[in-house]
Amino acid sequence: MSNALRQTLANLPYLAIIAIMALLPLVISNQYYIQVLIFIGIYIILTLSLNLLNGYVGLLSIGHAAFYGIGAYASAKLAMETGLPFPLAMLGAGAVAGVFGYLIAKPTLRLSGIYMTLATLGFNMIFFLVLQNWMSFTNGPLGIMDIPAPNIFGYAIESRIQYYYLIFFLVLLTIVSMHRLMTCRFGRALVSIRENELAAEAMGVHTTKYKIQAFVLAAFYAGIAGSYYAHFVKFVSPDSFYIYESFILLAMLAFGGQGNLIGPVVGAAVLIVIPEVFRFMQEYRMLVYGGILVIMMLVRRQGVLGGKNYSLRLPWFDQTDEAVFTRGDKFLPEEEVD
Amino acid sequence: MDFQILFEQLINGITQGSVYALLALGFTMIFGTLRMVTFAHGEVYMIGAYVGFEVIRLLHPSFFLALAVAMAATALLGIIIEILAFHFLRDAPHATSLLVTIGISILLVNLAQLIWGPETKAVSYSLLDKMDYGEIEIGGIYISYLQMAVLGVTVLLMALLYILINKTKLGMVIRATAQDYEAAYAMGVGVNGIFMIAFAIGSMLGGVAGVLIGVYYNLFYPTMGGLYGLKAFSASVVGGLTSLPGAVVAGLIIGIVETFSVEFGASNFRHLFSFLFMILILLFRPGGLFGSRELIQARGD
Repeated sequence: MSNALRQTLANLPYLAIIAIMALLPLVISNQYYIQVLIFIGIYIILTLSLNLLNGYVGLLSIGHAAFYGIGAYASAKLAMETGLPFPLAMLGAGAVAGVFGYLIAKPTLRLSGIYMTLATLGFNMIFFLVLQNWMSFTNGPLGIMDIPAPNIFGYAIESRIQYYYLIFFLVLLTIVSMHRLMTCRFGRALVSIRENELAAEAMGVHTTKYKIQAFVLAAFYAGIAGSYYAHFVKFVSPDSFYIYESFILLAMLAFGGQGNLIGPVVGAAVLIVIPEVFRFMQEYRMLVYGGILVIMMLVRRQGVLGGKNYSLRLPWFDQTDEAVFTRGDKFLPEEEVD
Repeated sequence: MDFQILFEQLINGITQGSVYALLALGFTMIFGTLRMVTFAHGEVYMIGAYVGFEVIRLLHPSFFLALAVAMAATALLGIIIEILAFHFLRDAPHATSLLVTIGISILLVNLAQLIWGPETKAVSYSLLDKMDYGEIEIGGIYISYLQMAVLGVTVLLMALLYILINKTKLGMVIRATAQDYEAAYAMGVGVNGIFMIAFAIGSMLGGVAGVLIGVYYNLFYPTMGGLYGLKAFSASVVGGLTSLPGAVVAGLIIGIVETFSVEFGASNFRHLFSFLFMILILLFRPGGLFGSRELIQARGD
């Protein structure tokens, strides 16, 4: 009883944030603010998915926008040409992105980390160039227009507020599912790979297999975000998925801090809001991202909220009573949690 | 296809490829000694091109003066990048330095946009005329002086680099540092200085490539480094990341294949080739075209 109470209390800040975010559209009437919030949501999913690789497994993917783009194009194509309903198109987009993730990860992850990094970069460039030049399928630089609005089993999503609740739901789903993944054997295996690959292997963790699984998962999440983006903006073009998009995600991760679930969320939110606040320098928003990458790496490598343990606990899911150290730090807590 | 056109295209391809090779050599110098990848190399190339542009425009319409000033400027820029991205982060994970170079590359592109504007610039024809533009004919094949200058400069620089690495004391120290910088340090090598020198040399090669391509096509724009940098980067990977001859050969192959793909009507997909080539090499021969037993030897890791 007291246990449940303590858990609820420990989660109070998170619950409060969720409640505020859920009620926000009722207070804000400005459509523009809601749109900014929606973009924050998209980037939270993307940054979290990148965090799975860069933060938890310690791989460095610098071509993540490719999976985002694959999701967007796959979803648009599925919805427009096969007439799949939106939820299935979204899952399909995630699956297609996951398959591409597998195709990239399977051969390159046998090699040392830098080769995988290079392959992700090459893949992002190839993806962009194919999008631009395969006129018959992707319509080249003109992009695909008039992507249908989401329709979830008869419930049409039209207004900004409905879109907001959809992305809100997806973000919650992402955070909860990632939290679950990171606290089970899978997540601990990933963190063990990051901390010491050799030791992880010696303890019976099939490192290559886990890395591939993490890569596919990250691609899947990015594909879901891409699908939402395509159906929200209703227009996809290659420019949205150039390597600069990947670099923006890296900047968000670097700013917020990687290896936990809080940092990427904060990083995505702050780095979306900053250019919106300084609209007069909209043209040079990349300058902000570049500057943040350099400064954060030099001054605070682990990000604003990195390097700390956030014992995010979800009482409805976590059966164990132990504190869950999502960062999986090398140094286990010394005092016993009673 | 007619032999003359074929041959002219081959010359065009070699010209293009030799510039890729120069850029790839820069990458290889840097990766070979520091064991770190830089993503700001394409932007060093771009800055080199703009410096050359300004020299031609403001100072004196001379190709070689532009090259010399651009070399000095990019060497300095290289040292600044080395200090920011690598010197301060010597004991940090590899990813950290990589992210800093990505950040620097974004900053440089946007700074160039602030200084020179986002539009494409060109050297005016009146100035170009002063830089004797002409061509010679050998058996019906036309080769422009500019092409010859590009080829001449690249061959000269490659020869100088070869001599520097293999025949001089500095080259020996660079090779020692590349093999094992800790051992080199223990032997009394000022490793930090060598890293800076290697980075400066690599950046200088990038800056030269920038001036060559900028003047060759007479186009200067802030994002010109993006695609070139990445292609040169894939050339470097194809060559094995630590092998100087590998980088040259891979750069030439990419340049020639690109030129011929335009000739054979696949111009839309010409940019794809280098990246596909890189991925294939990564999949099947991660050691690069010639493995890694080359000028700068790979450490056994």
